[in-house]
Amino acid sequence: MLSFIARRLGLLIPTFFGVTLLTFALIRMIPGDPVEVMMGERRVDPAMHAEALHRLGLDKPLYTQYFDYIGNLAQGDLGESLRTRESVWHEFTTLFPATLELSLAALLFAGTLGLIAGVIAALKRGSLFDHGVMGISLAGYSMPIFWWGLLLIMFFSVWLGWTPVSGRIDLLYDIEPRTGFMLIDTLLSDEEGAFVSALRHLILPAVVLGTIPLAVIARMTRSAMLEVLREDYVRTARAKGLSPARVVFIHGLRNALIPVLTVFGLQIGALLAGAVLTETIFSWPGIGKWLIESIGARDYPVVQNGILLIACLVILVNFIVDILYGLANPRIRHQR
Amino acid sequence: MSLLNIKNLSVRFGDANAVPVVDGLDIEVNEGEVLAIVGESGSGKSVTMMALMGLIEAPGIVKADQLQFDGHDMLSLKGKQRRKIVGKDLSMVFQDPMTALNPSFTVGYQIEEVLQQHLGLKGKAARARALQLLERVEIPAAASRLDAYPHQLSGGMSQRVAIAMAIAAEPKLLIADEPTTALDVTIQAQIMELLLDLQREQNMALVLITHDLAVVAETAQRVCVMYAGQAVELGHVPMLFDSPKHPYTEALLKAIPEHSLGAKRLATLPGIVPGRFDRPHGCLLSPRCPYAQADCKAQRPDLVPHAHGAVRCFYPLNLNSEVA
Repeated sequence: MLSFIARRLGLLIPTFFGVTLLTFALIRMIPGDPVEVMMGERRVDPAMHAEALHRLGLDKPLYTQYFDYIGNLAQGDLGESLRTRESVWHEFTTLFPATLELSLAALLFAGTLGLIAGVIAALKRGSLFDHGVMGISLAGYSMPIFWWGLLLIMFFSVWLGWTPVSGRIDLLYDIEPRTGFMLIDTLLSDEEGAFVSALRHLILPAVVLGTIPLAVIARMTRSAMLEVLREDYVRTARAKGLSPARVVFIHGLRNALIPVLTVFGLQIGALLAGAVLTETIFSWPGIGKWLIESIGARDYPVVQNGILLIACLVILVNFIVDILYGLANPRIRHQR
Repeated sequence: MSLLNIKNLSVRFGDANAVPVVDGLDIEVNEGEVLAIVGESGSGKSVTMMALMGLIEAPGIVKADQLQFDGHDMLSLKGKQRRKIVGKDLSMVFQDPMTALNPSFTVGYQIEEVLQQHLGLKGKAARARALQLLERVEIPAAASRLDAYPHQLSGGMSQRVAIAMAIAAEPKLLIADEPTTALDVTIQAQIMELLLDLQREQNMALVLITHDLAVVAETAQRVCVMYAGQAVELGHVPMLFDSPKHPYTEALLKAIPEHSLGAKRLATLPGIVPGRFDRPHGCLLSPRCPYAQADCKAQRPDLVPHAHGAVRCFYPLNLNSEVA
C-alpha cells in the first residue's frame, strides 16, 4: 500500500508541470491582453499600453515569464489577480467552499438516487421501471448541462416560482461566512428562514450538476448489480437462508459497488468541469464562475493558478478514490 | 418416515409446455443415509437439488406432488419460514469453491453469518464457534484463516470453508453438488473423506451429486441414476454395481477406465443426451441404447420396482442373475 501511494505521488510531478505549461500557453494563445481588456473600447495609447504591460511584467520573453511563474510557484507564491490585486490563494479559498458545497450536494443527489434506481432496475430487470430508468438516464447523460439548467430554471423558477433563479441566498440575509458552507453558516446564524432560503437556492444547481453523474451511476449500478446477482456466491448466500435484503445489499451491492466507485471517482473530475457551466448559469459564486470571469479579463495569474489548483484537486480526489477502491476490494488491497 | 420425500418433481424453464429439465422424479432419503445421484451433465441432478433448496429463479417452474423435508412441505413454505430451514437443517455445498465464496468478506464473517442467522450466535461466541468449525474441517492455522479473504485460499481450502459454512448449523441433510469436480485429484480424496467423516459423526443424511462412480461405490448406500431429467434406475450399493438393470447404468459402469483395461478404446455410449428439439417419443435412451426394440421407440417405460430397487426399462438386464 505504501509503495502504491509513493508511486501515485511520483506521478504527480510530471502532471503538475504539464498543467502549468498548458494553462500558461493556452491563456496566452487567446487574442488580447489584460491591458486591452481593462481599457475596454477606448483607444489605447501605444506608449501607455507598453508601459502598463511592462509594469505587469508581460513584456518579457515568454520563457522568462514561464520560469518566473514556476519560480514563484516553487516558493508557494500563487501571485495576485491583475484585476482585484487580491492574492489568488485568498480568492480561491474564499470561493472554493461554494463550489465544494454545490459539488457535494450534487454528488449526494446523484449517488443516493443513482444507487437506489440502479439497484431497483437490476432487481426488476425488464420491467417498466427498468426501461424507464434506463431511458431517462440515457437522456440525462446526453443532455447539455447549460440547456438542461435553463429548462429547469424556466420550469421551476419562472413558471412555478418554487425556487430562486440565481445566487446562494436571498439578498435580505447577511450571513457571516464562518465555514464557507452556506447551509452550515445559515444554521449557525440566528437569522430566521436563512437556512431554508439557502437550501432553496442550492436544490436546482445541485440537480443540474448532478444529472450526468446520476445517469452514469444509475446505469453502472444496474449493470454491476445484474452481473453480481448471477455470481455463485450470491447463490451461496441464498442457500444459507439469508434474507433477500441481506443477499442483495450485503452480498450483492457490496461487490457491485467496486466498479461503481471507480465511475464515481471519474465523475468527480467531470463534476468540476460541469461546475463551471452550472455556476455561470445560476450565478453561483464559486470557482467556476470566477475562472470564466478571469478568462474574460485575461487575468493570467488567476487562470493559470486557478486551473492548477483545480487540477491538483482532481488528482487528490482520484488519489482518495484509489485508496477507497483498495478498501472496498480486498483483492486489490493485498496486492504488493 | 423418511427425511426427504420427493414425488413427481418436475422443473421447467419457460412456460408450462417447455421440455422439463427434471421430469417426474421421485427421491427418498432416510435420516443418516448417503444417497448418490449420478448421471452425465445435463441430466438434471443439480437442478433437482436446487429446486429443493428453493434456488430455482424465474423463469424456472417447479412442480411436484410432494416435496417434503423433515415434515415440512417445501413447496408451500414461503419466505421466512422456508429460510428457517434452508441453510440450517438443509444445506448445500457447491461445485466450484473458488466462486462460491464472497470475495469481499472474510472467511470468518461468512461462517459467522450462518451462526447468527440460524443459531443467534453473535460476537465472540460466533467467532469461537467459527474457529471450531474451521478446525473441524481441518484447515491448518485455522485461527489465522478466520480473517483471510477467499482469494487468499486455495481451491481445496475454499471448499473446506464452504463445507464449514454448510455444517455450521448442524444440518439434517447436506447436499454436496459435485464437491470435488473443481479440485485436483489428491485434494478430491481428502474432501470426500472429510464429508463422510462429518456425515458419520453428525449422523446427517448426505445427497452426493457426482460423476465419479468409484466414489459412489465407496460411499453411498443407495444410488439414483438419472438420464435426461428422469430417474432410470434406483438401487443399493453394491448390487447396482454388480448387476446393473438399466442399459444406461451398464454403459456408465463400462465407461469407467479401469473396466477397459487392455482395450484400445474406452467403452462409450454413442450419441448425446436428447435436447429440447430431439426428445424421443419412446424411452429417452432408445436412440442410444444397444438393446432397443421397436416398442422402446414407441412407448416410454415407467419406473418399475423390483426386489432391490427400481428400473425404467422394458427389457431390464441381469434380472435373472440376481443372487441375493
